[in-house]
Amino acid sequence: MVENTNIFTRAQVHGPIDYGAPLPRGSYPRIGKPFLSYWMGKIGDAQIGPIYLGTYGFVSLVFGFIAFQIIGLNMWASVGWDPVEFARQLPWLALEPPPPEYGLSLPPLNQGGWWIMAGFFLTASLFLWWVRMYKRARALGLGTHVAWAFAAAIWLYLVLGFIRPVAMGSWSEAVPFGIFPHLDWTAAFSIRYGNLFYNPFHMLSIAFLYGSVLLFAMHGGTVLATSRFGAEREIEQAIDRGTGYERGALFWRWTMGFCANAESIHRWAWWFAVLVPLTGGIGILLTGTVVENWYLWGMQHGLVPAYPETGVVDPAAMPMSGGGQ
Amino acid sequence: MRILAWVIGSIAVILTGFMMLTAGWERPPIDAEQSGFRGTGMVDVSNPRVAPQRLQAQLDRVPVSAPLPPDTGGPTAGEIYQNVQLLGDLSIAEFNHLMQAMTDWVSPEEGCGYCHQLNNLADDSVYTKIVSRQMIAMTQAINADWDTHVGETGVTCYTCHRGENVPQYTWFNADPEIHTGSGMAGWRAGQNRASPQVGLTSLPEEPFSDLLEAGEQIRVTGRTVLPSRGVIGSSIQDTEKTYALMIHMSTALNVNCTYCHNSRDFGSWDHSPVQRVNAWHGIQMTQTLNVEHVTPVSSVLPPDRIGPTGEGQKINCETCHQGVNKPLGGLAMLENYPSLVGPSGRSTASLTDEDVAAFASAEVGEDVEEEVVEL
Repeated sequence: MVENTNIFTRAQVHGPIDYGAPLPRGSYPRIGKPFLSYWMGKIGDAQIGPIYLGTYGFVSLVFGFIAFQIIGLNMWASVGWDPVEFARQLPWLALEPPPPEYGLSLPPLNQGGWWIMAGFFLTASLFLWWVRMYKRARALGLGTHVAWAFAAAIWLYLVLGFIRPVAMGSWSEAVPFGIFPHLDWTAAFSIRYGNLFYNPFHMLSIAFLYGSVLLFAMHGGTVLATSRFGAEREIEQAIDRGTGYERGALFWRWTMGFCANAESIHRWAWWFAVLVPLTGGIGILLTGTVVENWYLWGMQHGLVPAYPETGVVDPAAMPMSGGGQ
Repeated sequence: MRILAWVIGSIAVILTGFMMLTAGWERPPIDAEQSGFRGTGMVDVSNPRVAPQRLQAQLDRVPVSAPLPPDTGGPTAGEIYQNVQLLGDLSIAEFNHLMQAMTDWVSPEEGCGYCHQLNNLADDSVYTKIVSRQMIAMTQAINADWDTHVGETGVTCYTCHRGENVPQYTWFNADPEIHTGSGMAGWRAGQNRASPQVGLTSLPEEPFSDLLEAGEQIRVTGRTVLPSRGVIGSSIQDTEKTYALMIHMSTALNVNCTYCHNSRDFGSWDHSPVQRVNAWHGIQMTQTLNVEHVTPVSSVLPPDRIGPTGEGQKINCETCHQGVNKPLGGLAMLENYPSLVGPSGRSTASLTDEDVAAFASAEVGEDVEEEVVEL
């Protein structure tokens, strides 16, 4: 028998095609004839399909498709419907939020109106998909942890595109839909509000992000390293002494004095992951609304040491300069 | 299925390899020289395999400069030649010395005929003569009034022209349509193009008309801890415009942000390197020159020198700097041409309405150019 023994395993996880438990009366059927995929079996279960879409999933996909089309067609229109330019410039293209002069009012269609429509449909799509995740978890008799983790991501999305722009009184504060443009927005946002690295909630978000990565590597590494003892079958091994899983726990107890257990390591991971967008969203929401310059705020509160000044004086503040800048 | 995956994987590896070779990346090591307080990341970075070679290639093309002829006290250019408006006080020898240098600097192939009608050198019917008169006035103004930026080194025509009729690095006002959009969809707020002028970012592709001519506010960062009640600060869009200008300056001078800024607080002057003061004066200078000297000549330019807004090419940092933090490495070319240091405080050459009208009424304009080519 082939075993899970390495990072790149030779094991293929599949059995006879499984159609799943019967659905309750009145449900839509699961879609797709299931099949086995060798390459999917390399990275997961080899069986592909069927999937359950349901009303929420279907409407969510329709709304998501509408948002995708609004964004994509606006990008294409911005290069004069030239297909070559569309492909060439795609990473640079974007659907921009309305310009500042419109505030929170309804802008013309071709000056941010499309952005508001795309935002509406994308948000509706995300909400519907959230409901679908919640209901699928309940239908399987699961807890709703995945749905709430997804809600944390939706929180950050809403802060960036809706809550903070409303608090600032202008849609123009929101993020464009585009690959490079949203990155340039991020850099400009940090510069405008005096360096986001001095925002404590940004710090927390980064700590949880890197912490998530660290925990994932520790947990994944531990389970893989003990899979030769069958520790990937965590559930059976979690509560017994002398199992492969306990050997992984002992590795950590004896190297750093403390170990999580098979249940709590996932609680750690879940909270670290969820706190990335939760704290990040708080940091974004405070920026510009209650703090104007994070660097100056940090200096005022003793966040970082002061460094020597260079003795340079603003030439615009000097007499006789006459400049406006 | 397995073979298909191998094929797709191989194509991905090959494309990645092409990307590594063609993306214009510079291989390490890159020189990094500490320029500020320890631990603050204040370093000047440069590629020792690119920067010195670029400067040397530019210096190798500098034409030989003849020494300034002694003033033997004869009649001045204004007394001998007709229609000498700016340089009339020069001796004949010095005047011709400068004219020869300008030919070497600006029109080495076309010669005198690029600006002059050869059977009547005093005639103002060739548009390039009107332009060059304005450009002489501009050079004189830079050397007289902007030593805060150009220092003792000063500038000559060659600083920008480098043997070209029109300097290599200039900009046109962008088509207003990129800001307003047209039709039902596709508005892009004047940005989101891989524009070389702003370092191939998706930032506003032409920040110059607002920031290097109209004199709009470049400072965007809030300078108070908390928001001030009733004060609406700069928008994200304005910030991106400033950012675009800064990317342009960085590219034009081949320097990184910390050459002028302490990047932990970009707006702070207290922690900035001293170069930022010089750059500030450079921005003021460029705004002034575009308004007083460069834009006004648009009215005499032929259609092929006109941009989408009906105005000609204008100047930005790269026009002079051309990828070097000091143009031509600080090569002093001005000493042989003292007449290019003008009287202080004179803003604009005599590009009067009469000039423009006289030029417009000259019937020979286009024909002259063709004859010159034949000569």
